[in-house]
Formats: sequence, C-alpha cells, structure tokens
Amino acid sequence: MIVAASSIHVTLGEVAAALALVAIAAIASRAWHADLEEDIGIAVVRSLIQLTAIGYVITLIFDEDSALLVLALITVMVVFGAFTARHRASQVPNAFWPLFVSLAVAAAATLGLVIALGIFPATPRYLVPVGGMVIGNSMTSAAVALNRLGEDVHEQARKIEATLALGATSSQAVTPLVRRSLRSGMITLVDSTKTTGLIFFPGTMVGMLLAGADPTDAVRLQLILLYVLLGAVSIAALMAITLARRNFFTPAHQLREPPVP
Amino acid sequence: MLFEIENISYSRSGKLALHDLSARLPVGASSVVGPSGSGKSTLLRLLNRLADPDAGRVVYEGVDVRERDPLELRREVSLVPQLPALIDGTVHDNVAYGPRLVGHSFDARSCLELAGLDPAFEERDAAKLSVGEQQRVMLARALALDPRVLLLDEPTSALDRVARDAVETTLQGLRARTAISTVVVTHDMDQARRLADYVVRIDGGTVEAQGAADEMLGDETEPVIAAAEDAS
Repeated sequence: MIVAASSIHVTLGEVAAALALVAIAAIASRAWHADLEEDIGIAVVRSLIQLTAIGYVITLIFDEDSALLVLALITVMVVFGAFTARHRASQVPNAFWPLFVSLAVAAAATLGLVIALGIFPATPRYLVPVGGMVIGNSMTSAAVALNRLGEDVHEQARKIEATLALGATSSQAVTPLVRRSLRSGMITLVDSTKTTGLIFFPGTMVGMLLAGADPTDAVRLQLILLYVLLGAVSIAALMAITLARRNFFTPAHQLREPPVP
Repeated sequence: MLFEIENISYSRSGKLALHDLSARLPVGASSVVGPSGSGKSTLLRLLNRLADPDAGRVVYEGVDVRERDPLELRREVSLVPQLPALIDGTVHDNVAYGPRLVGHSFDARSCLELAGLDPAFEERDAAKLSVGEQQRVMLARALALDPRVLLLDEPTSALDRVARDAVETTLQGLRARTAISTVVVTHDMDQARRLADYVVRIDGGTVEAQGAADEMLGDETEPVIAAAEDAS
C-alpha cells in the first residue's frame, strides 16, 4: 500500500510558538519545586539539534536514493540503540552484544518482511522512518526485558542454583524468568495497541492527519505500523533474552555471581 | 576415597574464601564442621562443580571433577542447599523436576517417604508447606535423582528443635537404608557426631583438623560451637 504523499510547510516561527507549551512545563516545575527546569531546557535544545541534524541526513538520503546510505543510517541507529539500552540493563553482564544483535535482527527481519510482503516499497522514504520506529521500539522493549531478567536472576540466585544442583542446564534454570522478562518487554506495546484509538491517537496517524491525508489511509498505515512493531519488539525482546541469559553463567553451567552462602 | 581435595583456593568478590585447603572425604557419612563464614558451604559447592576453585583440584573417585560433565556430576553428587528453594507448583512437580530433565523414571512416593514425608504430601502446593517440610521436599527431590552422594548444607539450620530432630532421624534412616554417601556441612559439632563417621574441621578457609568422628569430637566440641555463635 502506498499512501499518496501530502505535504505541508511548517515555518520556524510555528515551531517557536510551540515553545509556549514548554514554558508552561517549566513554570509548573518551578512552582512545584520539581527541579526539572534544567532538564526541560536540555531536552528542548537536544531535540532541536538532533531532529534538525537527522532532518538534513534524511533529506540527503532521500535525495541520493541510496540503499547503502539507508543501511549506514540503520546501522548507526542500531549501535546507538544498543549503547543506550545497555545502561538500562546494567545488571546483565556484557549486555551490549545481545542488544546489538537483537536490534539488528529485529530491524532486518521486520523491514525485510514488509518489503517481501509488498507492504512498503524498498525506497528510503519508507525504510528510514519505519526503520527508526522499529529500532526505537525494539530498543525500549529489549532494555526493559533485560532489566527485568537481570533483577530476577539477582533476586532468585538461590532458586536458580538449587535448580542447577539438580542437573538443570543454565537455560533450563532461567526458563521461568524468561517468560516474565519477555512479558515485561512486550506488555507496554501490547497494552498501547489495545487502547489505540480509544485513549490516544498514535503518532503516525496524527502526523498523517495533520499533513492532510485521508483518515482511512492514516488509520490503515497506523495499523500496519502497529503490527510491524508488535513483531519487531517480540523478536528484539526474545532474542535479547535468549542471548543475554547465557552471560549470567559460565560454560560449566555455574552462576557467575552465586548467592552468598 | 570419595573426594580428595588438593590445595584448593577460592576467592569470591575479591575475598579469599578458601586458602590452600586440602582434605579427604571417605565413602560413607562425612561432615565438614566449622563456624559461620569459615568456608564450609563454599567448599561443598566445589564438590559438584556449582563453582570451580581458582587453584588446586577436587578429585571425585579418582577423577578431577573438571573432567566430568557438570550436569551428570550434579545428578550423581546432589546438593541440598541450606535454605529451601523450591520451584512453583506441587510437591510432585518438585520431586519430578530432576528426573524429567533426563527422562529418568522415579517413584515420588518412595522418595517422599525416604525424606521423612508422608506420600500424601505429593499433591500439596510446595509454597504452602512449613520450612521444615520444604527442606524435606528439597531432600526428596535430590533423592529422586538416585544420587550416589548427597551434599547437605546446614540441613537443619532453619528449623526448630523438633523439625531438626525429625530431619536428623531421616538422614540416619538414609544411612541405614541406602548406600548413599553423605557430606553434611554444619556448625554444630554434636550434629556432626550424630550424622558422620568422618569429620573435617575448617576455619578461616583452611583445614584445622580431620579424622574419624570418634577421635575428632572429644573435648573440642565447645570451642567450635562458641566460634559459631560469635560469628552469627
């Protein structure tokens, strides 16, 4: 499905006017001593710089129409995504590589499938934004899943070691935790997918409506993206857990951080 | 000889837990005694490769344990930890866990009986049992693996006197009814005397003395108990 391109022109003055809402946030923070004014300021500046920069990059990629540039951009997003998620999964030993591989596989598998199924054409205009959404959501999902896995392994080290003592492999010993971690990683998107259209309008749909697209097209594109994201986050969370769970153990199925005797 | 422990050292979080420790554990009923923090539980975990020493080696029936498949070794040399750590489900689910991993047949009721529990416990929710009952389910699920050696880490430390006596009676019954060798870790010299024929006494991560229980547990009972109380 290809939605006819609609375009609107947004001036810098209009962007600046939207900062009035940011001022309300800053005033509220100051009034209630939430101490967020500095963070709000940093967030505004960073979003301005980062989005402007990526805007130029995307413009370049669209103009060049180069698959290599798309691949390079997605690779950079995967690397930064894995670095960011690694900090959130601090209790998982060597979490970077499981995260890197899981984000890369989630991106490759979902983008490959949507092209193979004829949902989107293999052009930068589709691959770049969809790739960004897939990697961003996959990063959050994998990070939440690994964070939960790390906490559970730490808290349940006694039970895990007692299971190892019965001759279980390390994979078998953490199987009950894998279920919970996978659920943690996916539940946010599953819940938001359930309530979409009722409690909130998702971003893509809002963007298309603002850009003047037909509401039916906006809804259908949004549905495609939600389904694509569900697939992507499940791949990312499951792969990250599957790869990372080994890192808690030695090759001899011993906990690297055993419970205190 | 069942175990020969040769010059092992083991560090944990940068702290030396065992230092150049050598000991022997014969076939039959042995005990490792010492005060809290002396390294006896750590030593037990090295016997079935829940951990490996940084230096030295543990030899089981003439073979370095690192040459054995760790999963097979743990089924043959089964460890019952100090505190109950059962999986979610019924008592049967717990007893069945180990044998099901390898497709072995087992008799849950006889395992429960050997562990001193009424077979009627089989369908009860494991989480709703008392600590003493859970500890015996831990023993039953280890027995379900049909092990040759049982490693018991402070098997009664979490129990009141009545439950402790019951578990000790169970372990003495095991000695009489099976050919399973046992290694009991305890800080209680009297318990060692009741449950073991051979005793290794350790403190500060190294062996102080070892020998037949009759010779070892004469006048030296009191100091070890006192040390245990000081450390706890």
